[in-house]
Amino acid sequence: MISIRGVSKHYGSFQVLTDCSTEVNKGEVIVVCGPSGSGKSTLIKCVNGLEPFQQGEIVVNGISVGDPKTNLPRLRAHVGMVFQHFELFPHMSIAANLTVAQEKVLGRPRDEALERGLKLLDRVGLKAHAHKHPGELSGGQQQRVAIARALAMDPICMLFDEPTSALDPEMINEVLDVMVELAQEGMTMMVVTHEMGFARKVAHRVVFMDQGRIVEDAAKEAFFATPRSERAQQFLAKILHH
Amino acid sequence: MSYAWHWEVLLQPAASGDTTYLGWMLAGFETTVALSLAAWLMALLLGGMVGVLRTVPGRLWSGLAAAYVELFRNVPLLVQLFSWYFVLPELLPPAWGDAYKQTNPFLQQFFAACVCLGFFTSARVAEQVRSGIDSLPRGQKNAGLALGFTLAQTYRYVMLPMALRLIVPPLTSEFLNVFKNSAVASTIGLLELAAQGRQLVDYTAQPFESFIAVTLLYMLINVFVMAGMRWVERKTRVPGYIGGK
Repeated sequence: MISIRGVSKHYGSFQVLTDCSTEVNKGEVIVVCGPSGSGKSTLIKCVNGLEPFQQGEIVVNGISVGDPKTNLPRLRAHVGMVFQHFELFPHMSIAANLTVAQEKVLGRPRDEALERGLKLLDRVGLKAHAHKHPGELSGGQQQRVAIARALAMDPICMLFDEPTSALDPEMINEVLDVMVELAQEGMTMMVVTHEMGFARKVAHRVVFMDQGRIVEDAAKEAFFATPRSERAQQFLAKILHH
Repeated sequence: MSYAWHWEVLLQPAASGDTTYLGWMLAGFETTVALSLAAWLMALLLGGMVGVLRTVPGRLWSGLAAAYVELFRNVPLLVQLFSWYFVLPELLPPAWGDAYKQTNPFLQQFFAACVCLGFFTSARVAEQVRSGIDSLPRGQKNAGLALGFTLAQTYRYVMLPMALRLIVPPLTSEFLNVFKNSAVASTIGLLELAAQGRQLVDYTAQPFESFIAVTLLYMLINVFVMAGMRWVERKTRVPGYIGGK
């Protein structure tokens, strides 16, 4: 589904990504972790072309992201993305947030888009909030709406860029619950996160990055039981300490 | 100071014979309002486009937009006005220039002043629009693009609606400035409010009454503009957002 082959990226002389390669197969959940500044957010933004890269190739559902001829809007319309800071559109009601892209990008009729949006809103447990604006919801609620907004586009896969990093601790679980459910339904997911509990529960593989390189790319069990690299061992020791 | 107040001169028949001196002043008031509103409309349209271009990726368009802003913002308003009024007709093909000079002088003056104020103000509006767009969280653009919007759609549905709301307060003062700047049109002979005030002094020899009346009329415009812009602010307020509710 997502194939990342030898991707390198630099800003001027600063190397952000070096020769990154990994695969996400249909129905797989991949967790990408690593210390801050390791390039994991940059990598996931390369997958739907929000960040350009200079070398290598990323193929999503058979379409090359880096190819200048690729119709990126069309590709992105079916690759859901959830951001660290939610990025709901503050001037629109929750209902409008859920329907605007369905109408303007997919060309769905308004009532059909609204029906789909409200169904997903119900699924993330926020049906009663459809008329409100994003600023009137808590962070956890906003992030659940953001997930529903991405799902409303009927994505073939979902990208999560640190979806719980900006949340208060007591709101993290409500978002993770939605994500776990999604994973268990067989959604293809690439998730940048530090939530190792989530990784243990639903990930198939864990990709560990450090200084712009993929240091470790292993099945979940192997990654947690016997990380091969010293850097991953240190990282795990630190975040699993408490 | 001994000054003989004669407010009643305002109601005396004016030298033109068809109205009172107050009538002259109200005619000037109408010209000021018409000129300023036309220029403001032009400034909003042009300034909006140029402000957006300043923020798009790609050097060519943002560079051209930056040059536009620098040109119209840095040349003094009066110089710009003289250029439009005195210089431009000379630069046109002679047949056009002659045709232009034979149109109604009021229209010539009004047109030059409107275009001048419109371009001058558009450069300032463009800067406000740019700063509004720049002040949005960077992730908003990504969120729009990630949903499959084109860049143009992302501006249309995601960035501009918020950016324009953010700049309503600074735009209010730009709007007020158009009315005040419109007084320079008196230098090319357009009989707008300030020019009528001066003409009244010449004819009635009552400078205080004339200019107090002019001042009150400008203040009246300000009151309306501020009330109008506050209405816009209230109507576009976003619930739950900073400054909202």
